[in-house]
Amino acid sequence: MGIRFILMVNKQGQTRLAQYYEYLTLEERRALEPEIVRKCLARTEQQILCKAVIHVYDADVYLYMEQCSFVEHRNYKIVYRRYASLFFLVGVDNDENELAILEFIHLLVETMDRHFGNVCELDIMFHLEKAHFMLEEMVMNGCIVETNKSSILAPIQLMDKMN
Amino acid sequence: MNPFSSGTRLRDMIRAIRACKTAAEERAVVRKECAAIRASINENDHDYRHRNLAKLMFIHMLGYPTHFGQMECLKLIASAGFPEKRIGYLGLMLLLDERQEVLMLVTNSLKQDLNHTNQYIVGLALCALGNICSAEMARDLAPEVERLLQFRDPNIRKKAALCSIRIIRKVPELAENFINPAATLLKEKHHGVLITGVQLCTDLCKVSEEALEYFRKKCTEGLVKTLKDVVNSPYAPEYDIAGIADPFLHIRLLKLLRVLGQGDADASECMNDILAQVATKTESNKNAGNAILYECVETIMSIEDSGGLRVLAINILGRFLSNRDNNIRYVALNMLMKAITVDAQAVQRHRATILECVKDSDASIRKRALELVYVLVNESNVKPLTKELIDYLEVSDEEFKGDLTAKICSIVTKFSPEKIWYIDQMLKVLSEAGNFVKDEVWHTLIVVISNASDLHGYTVRALYRAFQLSAEQESLVRVAIWCIGEYGDMLVNNVGMLDIEDPITVTESDAVDVIEVAIKHHTSDLTTKSMGLIALLKLSSRFPSCSERIKDIVVQYKGSLVLELQQRSIELNSIIAKHQNIRSTLVERMPVLDEATFIGKKAGSMQSTVSSPVGASINLPNGVAKPSAAPLVDLLDLGSDDVPAPSSSGGDLLHDLLGVDLAPASKQSGVNHSPNNNGTDVLLDLLSIGSPTQSSSSLPDMLSSSQGNKTPVSPLGLAAPSSNSIQATSSAGAAPVIDLLDGFAASTPKHENNGTAYPSVVAFESSNLRMVFNFSKQPGNPQTTVIEATFTNLSANVYSDFIFQAAVPKFLQLHLEPASSNTLPASGNGSVTQTLRVTNSQHGKKSLVMRIRIAYKMNNKDVLEEGQISKFPPGL
Repeated sequence: MGIRFILMVNKQGQTRLAQYYEYLTLEERRALEPEIVRKCLARTEQQILCKAVIHVYDADVYLYMEQCSFVEHRNYKIVYRRYASLFFLVGVDNDENELAILEFIHLLVETMDRHFGNVCELDIMFHLEKAHFMLEEMVMNGCIVETNKSSILAPIQLMDKMN
Repeated sequence: MNPFSSGTRLRDMIRAIRACKTAAEERAVVRKECAAIRASINENDHDYRHRNLAKLMFIHMLGYPTHFGQMECLKLIASAGFPEKRIGYLGLMLLLDERQEVLMLVTNSLKQDLNHTNQYIVGLALCALGNICSAEMARDLAPEVERLLQFRDPNIRKKAALCSIRIIRKVPELAENFINPAATLLKEKHHGVLITGVQLCTDLCKVSEEALEYFRKKCTEGLVKTLKDVVNSPYAPEYDIAGIADPFLHIRLLKLLRVLGQGDADASECMNDILAQVATKTESNKNAGNAILYECVETIMSIEDSGGLRVLAINILGRFLSNRDNNIRYVALNMLMKAITVDAQAVQRHRATILECVKDSDASIRKRALELVYVLVNESNVKPLTKELIDYLEVSDEEFKGDLTAKICSIVTKFSPEKIWYIDQMLKVLSEAGNFVKDEVWHTLIVVISNASDLHGYTVRALYRAFQLSAEQESLVRVAIWCIGEYGDMLVNNVGMLDIEDPITVTESDAVDVIEVAIKHHTSDLTTKSMGLIALLKLSSRFPSCSERIKDIVVQYKGSLVLELQQRSIELNSIIAKHQNIRSTLVERMPVLDEATFIGKKAGSMQSTVSSPVGASINLPNGVAKPSAAPLVDLLDLGSDDVPAPSSSGGDLLHDLLGVDLAPASKQSGVNHSPNNNGTDVLLDLLSIGSPTQSSSSLPDMLSSSQGNKTPVSPLGLAAPSSNSIQATSSAGAAPVIDLLDGFAASTPKHENNGTAYPSVVAFESSNLRMVFNFSKQPGNPQTTVIEATFTNLSANVYSDFIFQAAVPKFLQLHLEPASSNTLPASGNGSVTQTLRVTNSQHGKKSLVMRIRIAYKMNNKDVLEEGQISKFPPGL
């Protein structure tokens, strides 16, 4: 299957978008989300602390992080990345290519950027359905469908034009 | 009308929710909204249908129940317009799952939409089907999806391909229909179709051997060519990531090649060149390039051997490992874990770097590295590796110490070349992180120490030194206490000095100091304190000069608020004060603990502190007539176990009470001298002089020292009854090694409430065979009875292929453990034992009942015996 779920979470740990590719009951989701969000957010905080101490600054911030972007959780992995105040968490099977998923997150953000223009938390909140439509064009049943940003956005832009 | 652009009410709701300061406020807002949505649904309000659904999606995301909106999704899907359908399908995917019955209703709409003239609607239906399709839907709709794989628009073909994956996963029989269309997809140029087509082929290979063979033969070359084209493709802005054209497609292709090449030399040969090209040409300064390299390495490792390529792959991993990006190092460690099965030597070369990674600041990396180190350890490198790990233990994070100690202990136990090294390493671990090790670890250590008779002196001195430095590590303290109690004289007299040791001078009172400090330390828990008291008792005999001081320490606990300690203190005090003549016998050194038994027990159940392997010694004809009274009886007087009194237990109780209160010496001692005297077992156990053999058989010898003098025995009899350990041992005293006081079982005060001894019964007897059941209960689990079945052969022939089977009614659960043997020697010259665990879900209401069947071969003739057992003691 590959991707099990995609979560977008803000700095406070509130879920802003959740898409699961394997069914979880409401209770399971409510238990899972805070748990993994806490795990990932704690790591990032530790990392920021590290940076403050040793004054590391790198142009390519995404690549030279103090802590790696992978967390093992139960029997799968979470690949996460932080963009400003928004965290992107992707749960994947153990045999998935973690680096590729990291690249995928970046692609997702770029696609959203192209549509919303510098996407932020509020864009996703108030256009939840659009964010979902984009995701739908990119991932289906846990597999990547399309990586061409124009192709991904075409149906959505078509809809916008219709209105 | 699109509700998202015109209506503001969705926005209003989100704002309202965002404005909430507390969870309660949020719940209130959500409840109000849900009520409004329900009302709107009930009114069948068409205009607000999709706005309602959009709200429900948001509410669902927040984690509130939204099941009432499911039917709305179906209605929206059934409506004609694209916007309605779109939101309807989205709702369907988010709010429903394949297990819900509602989904059945949607099959028809899906079928219509898959055949719709508007390709966007077809796309929606495919997407929804791909995400939620159930097995039934898969069967119904597979023909449509198959047809759509050849649709003119590539955007539909790619979705149909992923939809097919879902279908073949749900219904693998359908796979063969998809093999040909999938192969056609591999020839496409459109990236979206290609990536999904490759994915479909990979999945087909997983579910169908036939597909795997087909693709191997027909498509390997084509795929290699496709990969070559992608690798060498000119700049394509839409797919370009960091100068690489579509890394995602690269990775999918490499994955499929891996599946095809695995176990097939020809296919592997075919892809050698392109893999070498990818491995050497891919840029490794960006994440995308590294992702491809990573995938390529994995493919090289998995396909059939080609020396040159493997070297290339291992080199890439080496580079990854020294990268300063933690992500890259993480995947390198991950990959090395897989590489170790292929080329262990090559991985060993990176040992030093991997060890560095164990000390990384990143928890994920440390975890991976530690696991890798664990598999890298072998007999030849165990010493340096263990040293490194133990050194690191000193500085590691608190939260990592648990994992680290567990791994170190496991390595040390597995590869220890000699006992002294084992003991040294374990002492180091305990001194560094004794608070993090599991109980089994120090239990095992004690067993090992007990078995290493030439190292007793060395160990006790090392522990003495370690204690001076790390008195706060609980498990170290426990081991030290135990050893000083057992081998205190060796500590003082420097017995068994090894050449490597520095001599130390420890006086008798120094040794007692250690134990006193441990007992009085504020962090010491009950187990440690109890162990300390027992050790003191032992020392009181070994060091007569300190006897008075020890007595003073012991006496302080007479008033302890912890019942266990209080009892222990009173008991021990009476031994020290009044029974000089038998004390030395009582506190003799523990016999060597049997490693095999201990390991067996560890494998069995760590919880059941007392599982009596043999029941010959328990013969308790009374005491359990009324289950509720039994624990009391036990607590009050062990005599109740011994006096063969057929009267009601009420009478027993009275008798016991009297026995305790009045303590008629002659009577008590008379009882205690009866041959199968359980009470004395308890006492022996309590004092840790039980032998690993049947305690009942050794009893007369043990008691012989006090034969001439009857009085000493009776107060002992008085001291013992109040002990908690009665129940622990009453079921046979046959596990003296594991007894509470020896430090092997956590002395949970809980014990006293659960332990009830049950009489053994002859459950089955025929002319050839007798089966005796002995019963015991695990503490804290009154529903479960552990039955020890002992089979004895009454005939003159040996029975072979001996099999015992049992069946129980539904309210019982039966678990049979393997029998001790399947051969039963003739004429009762030995027996077979087998443990049964019965859990009674109607405990207290219904009693046990069991049907049994015993099959064996006598003189090569099959014999079958059957029977029903209903005469279980009540209360099980």
